[in-house]
Amino acid sequence: MKGRTMKLIHTRAHRDTASGRRIAAFAAIATTVALVATGCAAATPGDSGGSDGDGATEALSIAFLPKQLNNPYTDVVLSGGKAGTEEIGGEYSVVGPLEASASSQVSFINTLTQQGTKVIVIAANDPDAVGPALEEARAAGAKIVAFDSDTNPDYRDVFISQVVSKDVALIQVEQIAEQIGGSGEIAILSATANATNQNEWIKFIEEELASNPEYADITLVAKVYGDDDDAKSFQEAQGLLSAYPNLKGIISPTTVGIAATARYLSTTDFKGKVALVGLGLPNEMREFVKDGTVKEFALWDPAQLGYVAAFAGQALVDGTITGAVGDTFMAGELGEKEVGEGGIVIVGPPTRFNADNIDDYDF
Amino acid sequence: MSERTIVRSGEGVPATTAGTLPVRVRSRWTRILLSRDAVMFYALIAVVVYAYTQVPYFASTQTVGFLLLDVIPILLIAMPMALVIITGEIDLSVASTVGLTSAVMGVLFQAGVPIGVVLVLCLLLGTVLGAVNGFLVTALGLPSLAVTIGTLALYRGFALVVIGDNAVANFPQELTRFSTSKLGDTGIPVVMLLVLAVALVFGVLLHFTPFGRALVALGFNKEAAAFVGIRVGRAKFWLFVSTGLVSSLAGIFWTLRYSSARSDNATGIELAVIAAVLLGGVSIFGGTGSIPGVIIGVLLIGTINYTLRLARFSDVVLSIVTGALLIASVVAPSIAEWARGRLHARRTARLELQRAAAQ
Amino acid sequence: MLVVVTATINPLFLTPQGVKDLLLNATIVVILAIGQALVIITRNVDLSVGSILGLVAFGTGTLFAVYPGIPIILVFVIGMAFGAVLGAVNGLLVTIAKVPALVITLGTLYIYRGVNNAWAGGTQYFAGDRPRAFSSLSTDTIFGFPLITLLAIAVVVGVAIVLAYTRAGRDLYAIGSDPAAARLFGIPVTRRVLGAFVASGVLAGLAAVLYASRFNAVGATTGTGLELDVVAAAVVGGVAIFGGSGTVVGAAIGALLLTTITSALTALRVDKFWQQAIVGVLIIAAISVDRLVSLNRARKLRVSEARNV
Repeated sequence: MKGRTMKLIHTRAHRDTASGRRIAAFAAIATTVALVATGCAAATPGDSGGSDGDGATEALSIAFLPKQLNNPYTDVVLSGGKAGTEEIGGEYSVVGPLEASASSQVSFINTLTQQGTKVIVIAANDPDAVGPALEEARAAGAKIVAFDSDTNPDYRDVFISQVVSKDVALIQVEQIAEQIGGSGEIAILSATANATNQNEWIKFIEEELASNPEYADITLVAKVYGDDDDAKSFQEAQGLLSAYPNLKGIISPTTVGIAATARYLSTTDFKGKVALVGLGLPNEMREFVKDGTVKEFALWDPAQLGYVAAFAGQALVDGTITGAVGDTFMAGELGEKEVGEGGIVIVGPPTRFNADNIDDYDF
Repeated sequence: MSERTIVRSGEGVPATTAGTLPVRVRSRWTRILLSRDAVMFYALIAVVVYAYTQVPYFASTQTVGFLLLDVIPILLIAMPMALVIITGEIDLSVASTVGLTSAVMGVLFQAGVPIGVVLVLCLLLGTVLGAVNGFLVTALGLPSLAVTIGTLALYRGFALVVIGDNAVANFPQELTRFSTSKLGDTGIPVVMLLVLAVALVFGVLLHFTPFGRALVALGFNKEAAAFVGIRVGRAKFWLFVSTGLVSSLAGIFWTLRYSSARSDNATGIELAVIAAVLLGGVSIFGGTGSIPGVIIGVLLIGTINYTLRLARFSDVVLSIVTGALLIASVVAPSIAEWARGRLHARRTARLELQRAAAQ
Repeated sequence: MLVVVTATINPLFLTPQGVKDLLLNATIVVILAIGQALVIITRNVDLSVGSILGLVAFGTGTLFAVYPGIPIILVFVIGMAFGAVLGAVNGLLVTIAKVPALVITLGTLYIYRGVNNAWAGGTQYFAGDRPRAFSSLSTDTIFGFPLITLLAIAVVVGVAIVLAYTRAGRDLYAIGSDPAAARLFGIPVTRRVLGAFVASGVLAGLAAVLYASRFNAVGATTGTGLELDVVAAAVVGGVAIFGGSGTVVGAAIGALLLTTITSALTALRVDKFWQQAIVGVLIIAAISVDRLVSLNRARKLRVSEARNV
């Protein structure tokens, strides 16, 4: 056909004179410059405090780089990070991509490096992709604290883990076994296929199911990925139930996945018949616990994660810890924390949430 | 009609058609200094100067390195993309080609294929993927917008099939280091030499060869181009092939820079590429554009983004700015046109009045 | 053509218990695809629908959060009006500034999404924040058909009638076939194209309100990437990307076909990694078939004309 796809979009008489173009180009530039100028002007008051001057009294700059911005779970973690940083008297900032992709975090690490940030607290979207950039940041003098989702251990000083990975896995297996009566088909609905922490939990879940004789009658029939996207998770949950009619339970070790699955179950006949456990935020799950879709789920207090990360950053900078096994530091009101095997700091045990206690939590 | 293109397509253009130029004749230098490319260049300089003096930390060689590393994939793909758009077509599948190249690179390398062979196979793959697009568009005569939306999904799908949810990370350190290494103390990444070579190839091709002028003619009017002996189908076919090839090159760079081969690498960068190309003065209707303009367009978007990030703006602002720039770059000419039309009408009216008064 | 394809493929996939889910899944894409079809028929395209949906869906969530007692019908009206405004911005930029829709809507895709991110931040509104009656719109059924699906069908029928039997509807085809000729014939091209964009915005607004009813969370990233599905649905449904031909029924079937295939592949336990590749093949197959059919028709036409001479 008229192969000129683009042209079809609008047929406009080609007309031209040099002056029209020039005016046009100037207009475009003016817009650009205006955009940049207004943008920068707006920024100045906000960050003039910490970024200029290299005096010895400069506040400790702690930058948080979550997997993505605007994620409710992350917001809770960051609220803890902010509280921790303020207690230390540091300068708190958050930067991050809008989409949780591996490469997008690298540019942010680069800018943080350039700004001379003292502590970078990162939840890695990909344990390796951020590596070279983090090495450059360390060469420039930054301390790297991983939280929530670890980087390759070579690239960070310590990793603040919510809980022992194995415990997270075990509590979920235990819950699902209780709720389906110890036998039947189950499936896992996870976040993205590359998520470090989810994959580790899933590995432990699989090992536990295979090795513990108590769970011999439970078969894991499928693992699907909702990419931490509400609509996608919803449809994956629906796909699971149509593909596996005998499914008795779903484990969703991600807050987005469990909420979306709960929403799907609550709108169908499967409500109360198919068990759902996993990691969820009480505020998102409250409705589903109350209407009987979900009996019990688990999580730690995410705010503590950010809080401890801030203190770990300070301890690294002032030399209290180096990330070696056995180092200890004080994490504000949470008391003393110890660096364990592999440079991992454990924050606390997971909490089980059910109809009896869910109203006690607000996050 | 084509004289306008040639006038606008930057420096070093033969003035063979000068005789047919519109009445207002300017010297060659004035023309170059006031061309759209030049104005874009002033804008780029303005942004850099502003950032240099006003934004903390911008004034360092690190900026050059980080900024260029960020824009290299877009810069690479933008050049063949510019040629494709100049001929009135479009290729939306480039980001998926990057992703598939990355995935295949990871899988082959993990399977123990020597890295040299892997790289060659990857480039070959890119060529084939481009040829598929080219075949569908030129041999079957399908609209490129629809075809490449299809291959966008298809190639990304293949990437998922090939590597699934795995990531391959253990590429040879010499290569990953090389991909981010700098030329001495300048902060300029070594890979920029490769980019420069690609730019030269496409720049010379577009501006200094009969083939390049034919492409421009093609974008203006396909039938006319065919009449004067341009083999429309074949020209377009090779452009799609070159886009595929360069995209796979970008895929290799991407994989090495992030030392991570994954199926979701470079998702969505086709939009950034097209935005940069259009901002660089390539007309979406086909028929106009220059390689220097495109390079400046990419650098302008890249610098603005980098500056905003350094000034601690969130990505929210970045996406709004990208969108606004894109719209401004295409709307501004229309508004100027409209304003000029008004002005002209008023002037004519005034002349009429004067004439009437005189009589 | 595609009706036949769909009809032969569908019975294989349609298992009774899956019908409801299938229809519900398709509903939102169907509504968006209708809007997209209107725009594409005029030789334009609207890439910003995903961002419009996100913005309006978050707006819907906000409405219920701020005015808990707000009548549901009013939410629909506000949502559609909001969509209309966003669509009108696209339409005005395209028609007044005479700039290709591809570029404009690519720009507004970024901008609307950016505004959504700025507005929502980390805030999300959940199903629990919305009245039960609102959520039940997408679960209650009449004769096995979910309410919102019936609504979508009504929209398809309504728009199809407008397109086929009204002056304005026919004008869209004329504009898409040859804008210059359409202008010569005295068709108000600017107004009609603007109308198509506004309609697309209104339908995206409607889809967004339904999205809020159907899914759990609405926030900053709701609807990201939906535009490709929607354009693909319209193209697979036989709406020619270069304008001038296609029907909304076709677009709706295209949307249904795409969602059916995605669901069916999951249900048939096909490796999920193949799904996207299959969607790609389908798009290319659909446009190739359309092309072959039209070539064939052109040849027949030539032959019969030659005979008549």
